[in-house]
Amino acid sequence: MQSKNIPEQYGARFDFFESIYLDLQGEKMVTVADTPLDGRCPDGNIASRWDQRKRDLKLVAPNNKRKYTVIVVGTGLAGGSAAASLAELGYNVLSFCIQDSPRRAHSIAAQGGINAAKNYQNDGDSVWRLFYDTVKGGEWRARESNVYRLATLSTSIIDQCVAQGVPFAREYGGTLTNRSFGGAQVSRTFYCGGQTGQQLLLGAYQAMMRQVSGGGIKLFTRREMLDLVVVDGIARGIVTRDLVTGKYETFVSDAVVLCTGGYGNAYYLSTMAKTCNVTAAWRCHKRGAYFANPCFTQIHPTCIPVSGDHQSKLTLMSESLRNDGRVWVPKTKGDVRSPDQIPEDERDYYLERRYPSYGNLAPRDVSSRAAKERCDAGFGVGPSGMSVYLDFSKAIKEDGESVIREKYGNLFHMYERITDENPYKVPMRIYPAVHYTMGGLWVDYNLQSNLPGLYVLGEANFSDHGANRLGASALMQGLADGYFVIPYTVGDHIATRKVKPISADRPEFHEALEAAKSRTAAILNVKGTHSTEHFHRALGKIMWDHVGMARNEKGLLHAIEQIKSLREQFWHDVKVVGSGETLNQNLEHAGRVADFLEFAELLARDALYRDESCGGHFREEHQTEEGECERNDADFSYVSAWEYQGIGTESILHKEPLTFVDAPFGVRSYK
Amino acid sequence: MNHAASKNLNLTLKIWRQAGPKQSGGLKTYQVSGISTDMSFLEMLDVLNEQLIASGEEPVAFDHDCREGICGTCGVVINGQAHGPDSGTTTCQLHMRRFHDGDTIVIEPWLAKAFPIVRDLIVDRSAFDRIIQAGGFVSVNTGNAPEANTTLVPHHVQQDAMNAAACIGCGACVASCKNASAMLFVSAKVSHLASLPQGQAERSKRVLNMVATMDAEHFGNCTNTGECEAACPAKIKLTNIAQLNREYMKAALLSKE
Repeated sequence: MQSKNIPEQYGARFDFFESIYLDLQGEKMVTVADTPLDGRCPDGNIASRWDQRKRDLKLVAPNNKRKYTVIVVGTGLAGGSAAASLAELGYNVLSFCIQDSPRRAHSIAAQGGINAAKNYQNDGDSVWRLFYDTVKGGEWRARESNVYRLATLSTSIIDQCVAQGVPFAREYGGTLTNRSFGGAQVSRTFYCGGQTGQQLLLGAYQAMMRQVSGGGIKLFTRREMLDLVVVDGIARGIVTRDLVTGKYETFVSDAVVLCTGGYGNAYYLSTMAKTCNVTAAWRCHKRGAYFANPCFTQIHPTCIPVSGDHQSKLTLMSESLRNDGRVWVPKTKGDVRSPDQIPEDERDYYLERRYPSYGNLAPRDVSSRAAKERCDAGFGVGPSGMSVYLDFSKAIKEDGESVIREKYGNLFHMYERITDENPYKVPMRIYPAVHYTMGGLWVDYNLQSNLPGLYVLGEANFSDHGANRLGASALMQGLADGYFVIPYTVGDHIATRKVKPISADRPEFHEALEAAKSRTAAILNVKGTHSTEHFHRALGKIMWDHVGMARNEKGLLHAIEQIKSLREQFWHDVKVVGSGETLNQNLEHAGRVADFLEFAELLARDALYRDESCGGHFREEHQTEEGECERNDADFSYVSAWEYQGIGTESILHKEPLTFVDAPFGVRSYK
Repeated sequence: MNHAASKNLNLTLKIWRQAGPKQSGGLKTYQVSGISTDMSFLEMLDVLNEQLIASGEEPVAFDHDCREGICGTCGVVINGQAHGPDSGTTTCQLHMRRFHDGDTIVIEPWLAKAFPIVRDLIVDRSAFDRIIQAGGFVSVNTGNAPEANTTLVPHHVQQDAMNAAACIGCGACVASCKNASAMLFVSAKVSHLASLPQGQAERSKRVLNMVATMDAEHFGNCTNTGECEAACPAKIKLTNIAQLNREYMKAALLSKE
């Protein structure tokens, strides 16, 4: 295999010769690019790499910045912080969001907190420790240089947010307080009750609105990005559809910054917001941007279970519940007795049984898989049999109800509102759900994709979390990218490439505009019999069953065939009512489902090709006797970056080798 | 199971349909059956929309996104109440077990001059963004911030700021107010930033500009009815309006800006 023979020198990224790696099974045939992909990280001491890069980056003079336009797509933590910071520097920023206001992006739903290596608790935290925990948490599949920079910038994020008026939790004396989170032995998580994402997002939103007021940002709400315009190999603009009027527009810029979040809704049911989609990223991919590690998806163990076929989305509850809750299922298959009728010795506390030292606090991926295994084996509880108990009765008996209420009152209330069950009296029922995607568009150290001028930030890129993200790290990454990385790196692109003004009359803009229009027209012209919802749910079922928590070769091959055939059916049978000239949510959804149907195949293929288990990617063929991940560093210590070759044509795989010097390979064990 | 077993409901829905901002609209009646009491209100609307698509009628347009009560996107008037009958609950978190078999449910958009109807149940709330744009921020550029623990913020001050900052910007306060006043929304942001040391420099300018924009956007005046507080899914307190009035009075009389 290619990866065993990595050349020392990483060559040019654009001219490569492909070699064909043939597997005996047709579907596993993959074309691997000869030249390894280069993340273009600075050399030298890891702690001074970002300083080194900042010295090397070219600057745009203050009075020249206003001559340049930067498009920022998305207004979550990454997009909001990027738009505000770039406008503060003097660039003309065009900010786009799909929602009715930039305050609504799904970053707002993050509950737990944001990590930062402040070491306010004097408990041994440091930039190095945050870096190491993040690399280890991601099972050594992230880029060391990026993660170290993230850890370094984490402290400035807290300073910035506090200065904006973000009301972080405080001690009585007025200093900032912290709590602990999974995957760390120190207290480094800053939080605003259970609404940390909301408060950080509002901070970025307010900073943005200040720039809107000053004219630095022009805001375009209810706009969906439908294509990227590439001129002479450089990203120079986008095509959008106005979701209210149906009007298509093109926008010209000197750089495009994509902050469009994750692709978890490929699974239909996830904890993501309903409009979260892969469309913008996927259209960039179709224009040449590589898609990296799409199979790295995270499934969170403590979600409220599906209550029926009508379920439209899932709700997550903070994993802190597992500090006091005990997970169990009945020892007898199909036991339909209510939980209080099942005596202690007929209960299987399977996490405590399998992981005696971590017990109910086993990590997210391990706990999720164990729940699935019990339910698949027929031991699941609840009306659908697809949930397990999370029981607080022991903690309530020992500590009293008031203590439990103080700790988890809001979560218990939320649970009761959704399920109509009182968790103080009966055990909660939980089941895992898709809630974050570590993969995304490939970017180099400057967060620039392989397409010059296209930058990708936050969950939309792949860079910092490897195969598994730690709690309270997503907010940190989004804000680090937006506040502190892109303001430096975008200027270097403008200054070194000396981008020239162009007009939207160029053929590239017309071509992209017509392509976007004709795709919408094609969807409306199918005039079939099944709704977009039908296809989205069908795709979700394939993905969840075969590309979900546990994957194997047979299932993945089956999934790829099923996705292809569903995609075919979609284009022959989808029914979209109404026209393209008005607000038409049904049509919007159809476009996103069409893209998920293409993207899902790549996700499954990536999972098939990555013949190892690591983090969120669990291949049943590669597990220890106890069911833990069996990683294969010799063959798979690389980033898989896929180059689009057309629908139905195999993508070309570019490998970016990963080396670990400052956080050497180790084992994640939770026994 | 302990909870009331899920049941299926047959319902009559009277929903405001309006093709666009300039067209006239009206209530249209639909029947839905087999609605599980475990469904959320929006899932019930999903069922209706699937039914409409099957019959070739355009689905009802309604705003929604996170469906977990925090993004502030959803919101309709249900039987005359903004976000429906449950207190402290957004439309997406309202569940159908709150209704009975055979019920008629009237569903309307937020009605306020400052929130023009876009289509069906969707309204344009960009006036809220323009109010924030007028001063709902702290002027601090990225990179300017001092070390976070330099300024101490006592626990109770932080708590007050957090309670006000919890506003989700859904607009239920405006929709529930007989005057279509935005005072609860504006007061939440003014209180949040006025309570913190970081918000002091622009304290007067902020309140004057935000109130001026609120008036210019055609929101009505507050007459202390308190309906906004009752309808607010984020439980923003009426005392914020008292603080807004104090802040405004102080700034109007004493500010040199």
